[in-house]
Amino acid sequence: MGMAIDVTTPGGFVLALLPELVLTCWMLVLLVAVAWRHRDEGDQQMAGQLALMGLVSTLLVVLWMWVKGAYPETLTGMIALDGFRYATSAIFLIGAILVVMLSLGYLGRERILVPEYYVLVMLAAIGMLFMASGADLIVIFLGLELMSMAIYVLAGIDRRSAFSAEAAVKYFLLGAFASGFFLYGIALLYGATGTTNLTQMHYQIVTLGLETNLMLLAGIGMLLIGFGFKVAAVPFHMWVPDVYDGAPTPITAYMAAAVKAAAFTALIRVLLHALGASDAVWMEIILWLSVITMIVGNLIALAQTHLKRMLAYSSIGHAGYILAALASGSERGAAAFLFYILAYTLMTLGSFAILAAVGTRGERDVRIDDLSGLASRRPWMALAMTVFMLSLLGFPGTAGFIGKWLVLSAVVSADQIVLAVLLVIASMVSAGYYLPVVMAMYMKSAPSEDAHSGSGLIGAARWVVGIAAVLLLLLGVWPNRVLDMAADGAEGLRPAPTRILTD
Amino acid sequence: MLVFNFWFFSGLAIISALLCITRRSPVVSAMWLVVTMFSIAALYIILGAQFIGAIQVLVYAGAIMVLFLFVIMLLNLGRDEPTDLPGWWGHAITFGIGTLLIVELWAVTRIVPAGEVRLPAGTMDRVMEQEGVVGAISSTLFRDFLVPFEITSVLLLAAVVGAVVLAKRRI
Repeated sequence: MGMAIDVTTPGGFVLALLPELVLTCWMLVLLVAVAWRHRDEGDQQMAGQLALMGLVSTLLVVLWMWVKGAYPETLTGMIALDGFRYATSAIFLIGAILVVMLSLGYLGRERILVPEYYVLVMLAAIGMLFMASGADLIVIFLGLELMSMAIYVLAGIDRRSAFSAEAAVKYFLLGAFASGFFLYGIALLYGATGTTNLTQMHYQIVTLGLETNLMLLAGIGMLLIGFGFKVAAVPFHMWVPDVYDGAPTPITAYMAAAVKAAAFTALIRVLLHALGASDAVWMEIILWLSVITMIVGNLIALAQTHLKRMLAYSSIGHAGYILAALASGSERGAAAFLFYILAYTLMTLGSFAILAAVGTRGERDVRIDDLSGLASRRPWMALAMTVFMLSLLGFPGTAGFIGKWLVLSAVVSADQIVLAVLLVIASMVSAGYYLPVVMAMYMKSAPSEDAHSGSGLIGAARWVVGIAAVLLLLLGVWPNRVLDMAADGAEGLRPAPTRILTD
Repeated sequence: MLVFNFWFFSGLAIISALLCITRRSPVVSAMWLVVTMFSIAALYIILGAQFIGAIQVLVYAGAIMVLFLFVIMLLNLGRDEPTDLPGWWGHAITFGIGTLLIVELWAVTRIVPAGEVRLPAGTMDRVMEQEGVVGAISSTLFRDFLVPFEITSVLLLAAVVGAVVLAKRRI
């Protein structure tokens, strides 16, 4: 058995919150360093490297806790100590590390001199960690707000770009609106069960027989609207194309990968852990959300000519697949989710890194046709992009395939055959926009002699693309170790549906 | 007397809220909002939560309203600006949503939560007697909800850093 932590003692309390505390301390150090040195690009590089060190050391702390198998002595604390928290925290931190590496060269190229950029990336990561570790709706809400607040600013960090400002304002207004729904849902759940603690909520629902209590159902509905905005599920996806399009590309990658994964993490914990007894209600809603998200996301992506917008709509489609895993309502679905977001984080960050590399004259204007002939000029970049596109498509031999197969098997084991069939059809439709990218790179010739002359991966972005591509291929052919870790991470997430009889 | 006070301040809160959203001039709207805030503070005091009532006056009626007025002054909003509010269909939608919320409020008051969920009668009085008005809040805030309280401070730091980054003059 692992390491028991008694959160009522100060030492245990610090230990339970160790990853968050380490990251917060690094963030404060970075903030002071940035206040002291913020004049030129060299200072900005230093800030980025400090952020990188902080994120890596936090990742090590999370992995240490996971290896030690830390678990709580009392079950009703505010901070969850379980495999699901460690697994998702590690994935967010990997995402944040890759984003920082991507930004090191990008900010210099785009002449954005805002060293606080890295402070905000770290603040968003702290929010994500709290969303993963919150076993109380208040902690989850505050984590969500902390993450969103930093991302609102990051979306508008390029102050010379009108599109960046538009992205920030749109995301801020709709995000605040969604937070209102979320908070209203929490208030109603509190009204129905008398607690905001997830474990206690589960026991209240089971012992008092509140499974179909009207106030509880209204609360679940409001909560799902709030989460729907954050994970960009159709019909709450309207903000996605403009926000993803206008934000600086590394931040778009951050939003598409880690931010979305964090919202899903909190959603899964709330639904499975606290509201598992009412699963008949929310499984139906999640099922339909998943179906409509897959269909709409994939169909609109087909019509896109610009790479960045295509990737934005494709991320909506992927939210649909993840919702399908959730619609199975089982720990198996949660394990599929863990593997899927790891693969999804890697392929999303990789494809946005390539987009940033080819978009030297503005990533917004890169059309899919502009990639013509990339394979002959930049063979390694084209190869990596091919891996990312095939993985996003779910082609056998890549991690994307294993992820989709896991989601599919979770859906089938929950007897939702229609959803499984729709998932396969949606994946086939997605070939219609992923493969043209590959075809343009390999089968079309470059439009002019000097095409792609300016494009290239700068510095650490090379590592991002290399690591992501290699890991995707490795996980595609040798996934067993990570599959075991995912199953371990999802274990015990859903409490047993015990009903303590009272008269 | 208590009942009269309750109805008086409730009515005042609703009327001033209505005036706040129907006045054209932003300054007048803000002033009516102050009246709403004060009435709500009075309701808190009637409910026996004097401390929250005082905080309501200090923070909402005081600090936040001053900020509102500052922003209105900085934006230099005049008296009769052309309105960009939508026409009759906009009012219809607003009216519809408002009706929906009132119906929902009514429905929520009809649902009596399960007896075990509610605090036993007299719990609040007992807690007040033991810990005092401020103590009852502080022991909850700084003991049971210490983690959320600390996260809030990080959240405020994020907001400050973000505001400075977006507003500083040199790009």
